[in-house]
Amino acid sequence: MIPASFEYQAPKTLDEALRLVERHGDEAKLLAGGHSLLPLMKLRLATPRYVIDIGHLRGMSYIREENGQIAIGALTTHTEIEQSALLASKCPLLPETAAQIGDVQVRNRGTIGGSLAHADPGADYPAAILALDAEIIAANTSGTRTIPARDFFVDMLTTQLHPGEILTQIRIAPRRAQSGAAYEKLHQPASGFAIVGVAANVLLGEGGKTIEQAAIGITGLSARAFRAEAVERALSGKHISEKVIEDASRNGAEGVEPLSDLHASGEYRREMARVFTRRAVARAIVAARGDA
Amino acid sequence: MTTRFIGKPLKRKEDPRLIQGLSHYVDDLNLAGMHYAAFLRSPYAHANIRSVDLSKARRASGVVLALSGTDIDGAIQPVPCAAQIPDMKSGARPVLARDRVRFVGESVAVLVASDRYAARDALDLIEVDYEPLTPIVNPEKAIAKGAAPLHAGQKDNVAFKWELEGGDLKAAFKAADKVIKQRIVNQRVIPVPIETRGVLADYQPGEGQLTVWSSTQIPHLLRTQIASMLNFPETLVHVVAPEVGGGFGTKLNVYPEEAIVAYLAIQLGKPVKWSESRRENFQATIHGRDQIDDLEVAIKRDGTILGLRCRVIADLGAYYQLLTPLIPTLTGLMMTGCYKIPAARMEITGVFTNKMATDAYRGAGRPEATYLIERVMDLVAAELKKGPVEVRRKNFPQPKDFPYATPTGLIYDSGDYQKALDMALKVADYKKLRQEQAKLRKEERYMGIGISTYVEICGMGPSSAMPAGGWESATVRVEPTGRVSVMTGSSPHGQGQETTFAQMGADVLGIDPSQVQVVHGDTSVVPYGIGTFGSRATAVGGTAVYKSLQKVKEKLARIAAHIVGSDPERMVFANRKIFAKQSPKKSVAFGQAVSAAYVAKTLPAEMEPGLEATTFFEPTNFTYPFGTHICVVEIDAETGDVKLVRYVAVDDCGNVINPLLVEGQVQGGIVQSVGQALFEEAVYDEQGQLITGELMDYALPRASDMCWIEAARTVTPTPVNPLGVKGVGEAGTIAATPALAGAVADALAPFGVHHVDMPFKREKIWQVMSKNRRRVQ
Ligand SMILES: Cc1cc2nc3c(=O)[nH]c(=O)nc-3n(C[C@H](O)[C@H](O)[C@H](O)COP(=O)(O)OP(=O)(O)OC[C@H]3O[C@@H](n4cnc5c(N)ncnc54)[C@H](O)[C@@H]3O)c2cc1C
Repeated sequence: MIPASFEYQAPKTLDEALRLVERHGDEAKLLAGGHSLLPLMKLRLATPRYVIDIGHLRGMSYIREENGQIAIGALTTHTEIEQSALLASKCPLLPETAAQIGDVQVRNRGTIGGSLAHADPGADYPAAILALDAEIIAANTSGTRTIPARDFFVDMLTTQLHPGEILTQIRIAPRRAQSGAAYEKLHQPASGFAIVGVAANVLLGEGGKTIEQAAIGITGLSARAFRAEAVERALSGKHISEKVIEDASRNGAEGVEPLSDLHASGEYRREMARVFTRRAVARAIVAARGDA
Repeated sequence: MTTRFIGKPLKRKEDPRLIQGLSHYVDDLNLAGMHYAAFLRSPYAHANIRSVDLSKARRASGVVLALSGTDIDGAIQPVPCAAQIPDMKSGARPVLARDRVRFVGESVAVLVASDRYAARDALDLIEVDYEPLTPIVNPEKAIAKGAAPLHAGQKDNVAFKWELEGGDLKAAFKAADKVIKQRIVNQRVIPVPIETRGVLADYQPGEGQLTVWSSTQIPHLLRTQIASMLNFPETLVHVVAPEVGGGFGTKLNVYPEEAIVAYLAIQLGKPVKWSESRRENFQATIHGRDQIDDLEVAIKRDGTILGLRCRVIADLGAYYQLLTPLIPTLTGLMMTGCYKIPAARMEITGVFTNKMATDAYRGAGRPEATYLIERVMDLVAAELKKGPVEVRRKNFPQPKDFPYATPTGLIYDSGDYQKALDMALKVADYKKLRQEQAKLRKEERYMGIGISTYVEICGMGPSSAMPAGGWESATVRVEPTGRVSVMTGSSPHGQGQETTFAQMGADVLGIDPSQVQVVHGDTSVVPYGIGTFGSRATAVGGTAVYKSLQKVKEKLARIAAHIVGSDPERMVFANRKIFAKQSPKKSVAFGQAVSAAYVAKTLPAEMEPGLEATTFFEPTNFTYPFGTHICVVEIDAETGDVKLVRYVAVDDCGNVINPLLVEGQVQGGIVQSVGQALFEEAVYDEQGQLITGELMDYALPRASDMCWIEAARTVTPTPVNPLGVKGVGEAGTIAATPALAGAVADALAPFGVHHVDMPFKREKIWQVMSKNRRRVQ
C-alpha cells in the first residue's frame, strides 16, 4: 500500500485523542481497525493529513453490563463480539451479525465503532443496531451525548457524529423474555458486504401466537440503513401466520430509493428486501418461541 | 526400474518454505542502492497524447529519472508477438505509448525515485494533455461498418481472419435431420495470481552484465526477448525467476515493464525495482477468454452429430501480447472435443478493442473449446429430449479408434472416454441423482446436474506446432558427494516439479528424493529451456529429466560394473547401492561409483570423467488427457443463488507421478472454473473503464463457495513419451465450466430455458426464473 503521505499520531488517552481531533478538524482521520480507512487511503480516495490512531487507547474495548444495559466499547472487534458469552445470552443478534462480516482478518481487526462511524451502506451492524434500538455514545472535549440508533445514520458514509467527536460506546438493552432476533444477509460475492441485510427483532405475546412488537433494521438496500416501519406496523399486534409475514415483508422497501450498482439493480435489491425480511422475521419468531 | 517413489503421494518439498514465508519472491529481494520505478498509466481508454510534461516530476524530491514514450523512442522495441497468422495486421504494443493510448492502464511515462513512496507521489506531478477519442469497447461494434480503426493506417479493427475446415461440411448439413443454432459467450476474465508481477534489474557496468529478476513462467524466452528489445548481447543477460506466486498464463508473456526496468537500470547504473499493484494487475496484465461463438450443429434424429460450424469473434483488446492471436485458434483445433464429428469449420475474426490484451489464461483456448462443444452436446440432448449422457456416449470414438484423427487435423494419442464417463456416473450415483432431482422438482426446488466429458491438448508440444519451440531441456548432474542436481528448463511456479522430478531421480538412481535437488528458473544455471505452460512441464520437461537420468544411470552402471567386474547391462540401482542382478554381492555404494567418476582413477578405458548429462527432448505429438466431470447445483428460486452441492471429477492424465499433486491441480482448476462460471467477469463500461477494477468488485471463488470435490482417475498412458504422462495443470479449468453451465441449464429446464451465458450471477438467474415463471402463469 502506497498512500499519500500523512502524519501519524498515536494518543494514549481518550482526552488526548479528543484534543487532537478538535485541533486538526477536517484534516484528520481516526484510525481504528483500519479496514475501511486504509482501503480508501491505498487508492488515495482518502488523503488525510493526520492519521490519529485510536487503536492504542486503553479501556475502549470491552463488553460489560452496566446499569441493566449492555455496554460495548467502540474499539471492540467484530471477533470479540462474535465470541462474547455475555452477548450470546443477552443479545445474540449482535454476535450473529458480527459472524457474517467479511472474513476472519477483517473481523479480527475491524471494530464496531469504526463500522458504525464509517456508515458504509452495505455494512452489517447498522441493521442490528437499529433493530435493537441501541444508543450510541459520542464524546468531544466538552462532554458526551447519546444518539439513538434511529437518528444515527444520515446518508451514505454520513452519520450524526459531529466533527471533533469520537464514538466511544454502544448501549443495548438486554433481550426480554419471549423476544427473538435474526439477521439474514445476501452478501456481495466480492467484498462480502450486504447487498441486502435484514435484522428482525420481535417480541411475542403470551403463548407465542402473536407479535407484540417488531423492530426491523435494513441495510444495503439504500444509501443509509433504516428502520422498516411499514413492515413493523404490518406485523405488530398480528396473529402469526405465514401470510402475515409474507404480506408484511412486501413493505420492506417501502419509501426508500434502492441503490443500483454492478452487483445488484434497484429492482433486484427491492425484491431481495422482501425475501430477506421474510426470512429474518420467520427466524426471529422461531428464536423467540425457543425461549418460551 | 522399481518405483518406490513414482506414483506415491509425497508431500511437496517446496511447501515448508512457502508455508513459513521463508522463500523469496521478486518483491522480497533488495539490493544495495536500489531505486523504485513507477508507471503513469492512462485514465482514458482511447485518446491522443498531445504532450507529456515531466518537468515537475523530475524536480520532485527523490526522483532521479523520468521518461515519456518520446524519450525512449527507438531505444526499446515493442512487445514481441510470437504468434503468426497469415495476413495478420500489426498490433504491436509500444512499451510506452507515444502518440495515442488505447486502453485504460497503458503506460504513458515512467519514473524512478529513491523510494517507492516518492516514486508514487511524483506520478501525480506528471502532466499529460490528452485529447479523448471515442472508445471502442464492444467487439461487434468494433467491426461494424464505420467504426474508426484503433491502429493508424488500418482500414478497420479486424486484426486477422482465421479459418479451419475439415471433412465435408456441406454434405453434413445436407444430411442433417435438424440444425441447431446458438450463440454462446465466453466472457472476459482476469486471471488474478496471488503474486502480482514484479521486476528487479541490476546492471554492472564493468562486466556489462545485466541481471533481471522477474515473476515469469519463461525465464529463457524472456532473456532472449529482453536482449532483442534492448539490442543488448544475450550472453550478458541473466534472468532469474525466483519464487513465482502463481501465473495461470499471465506470466507466460513479455511485458513492457520487464524491458523498461532493465533499461532504467542500465541508464542509471543502479538496481531498479518495480512491483505491480493489484489495480495495475487488473488493468495491465493479460486477460483471458472473451469469445462470442455463433454455433450451428447438424444432427441426426438419433443424436449423431454430423457437422459443426462456428463463427467466433475473439476480442483481442488493443494490442498483441506474446501469444494473443494464437489463443482462439486453439479453440478451433479442439472444437470437436471428444466426439467423432466428421466435419467441422471454424471462422475466427480477431478484433481490436480499447481494452487490455487477452492471452493465455489457464487452459488458453481449450476451455473455450470444451465449453462450446459441451454446450452443444447439452443443446442437442435438450432438442432431441434425450439424456446428456446418451448423446455423449453416442458420439464417442471407441478405444480401438486411437490414435484418432480429428477433422481439425489433430491426432489424439490415446483414450478411453467411456471408461471415465462410466466411473464418474458410478461415483456420482447418477441414477439416484436423477431420482432426487425429480422429487425436488415436485417441491419446487431446482437441482441441476451437469456433465462434461472432455479431452484437452497438453504437453505442448512438438516444435512444428509451436511458435517458439516445443521441446524442453534438462541437465542431470550427480555431484561428487552423491547428491543429484536436476536442472530443468521448465519453470515451475506452484506446480510442484521440485518434488515430482526428485521422485523420478530417486527411482531411476535408487536413492532417496531428499538427495535430489531440482533447480529451475535461473538462466545462468539451467540449460536453455522453454518454460512452464500448456500442461507441459511433466510431459515434456519431465521426459527430458528422465532421459538425462537414464544417461547418467548408464554411465554409473558402466563404472560400477567396471569396479565389481560385472556386466554393465545387468546392474541394479536400489537403496543407494549399485549391484549385479545375478550376484547382488557384487555391489558398490552409489557414492563410491559417483566418486570414481570424479576421482577418475578407476574408470573404464576411454570413459570421460564427470557425471552429467543433458537432454533436449522433442515430443512427436501433443498429449490428450480426458475425463468426465459431473456437477450438481441447487438454485434458490427466490434469489437466483447457485449453490454447488456435489462435484465429481474423473480425470485421466496418463501415468501419475504424484497423485497428491495431480489432485491439487485438478482441484485448483475446478475452483478457478467455478469462479468463471459463478462470479467472474471483467466489465468495461462504455467509456472503456474497467469497473471490476479491484478485488472488492471482482469476485473470486472462496472455500465457502465450494463443495467437496470427489476426485477419481482412470489411467490411459500416452505413447508419446516414455513416462506415459499426459499433463494435468489445466484439466480443471477446461472441464469444469461446462459441467457448471450444464448443471445450471438443467436446473432451469422447468422454466423452458436451455442455455444461459456465464457468469451465473444471482440476479441474472433470478431474472431468468422470474420472467419465465411470469410467462407460464
Ligand atoms: C475485505 C473487506 C471486507 C469487508 N466486509 C464487510 C462486511 O461484509 N460487512 C461489514 O459490515 N463490513 C465489512 N468490511 C468493513 C469492516 O467491517 C470495517 O472493519 C469496518 O467497516 C470499519 O471498522 P474499522 O475499525 O476497521 O474502522 P477504520 O477503517 O479504522 O475507520 C473507518 C472510519 O470510521 C472512523 N472511525 C473509526 N473509529 C471511530 C470512532 N470510534 N469514532 C469516530 N469515528 C471513527 C475513521 O476515522 C474512518 O473514517 C469489510 C472490510 C474489508 C476490508
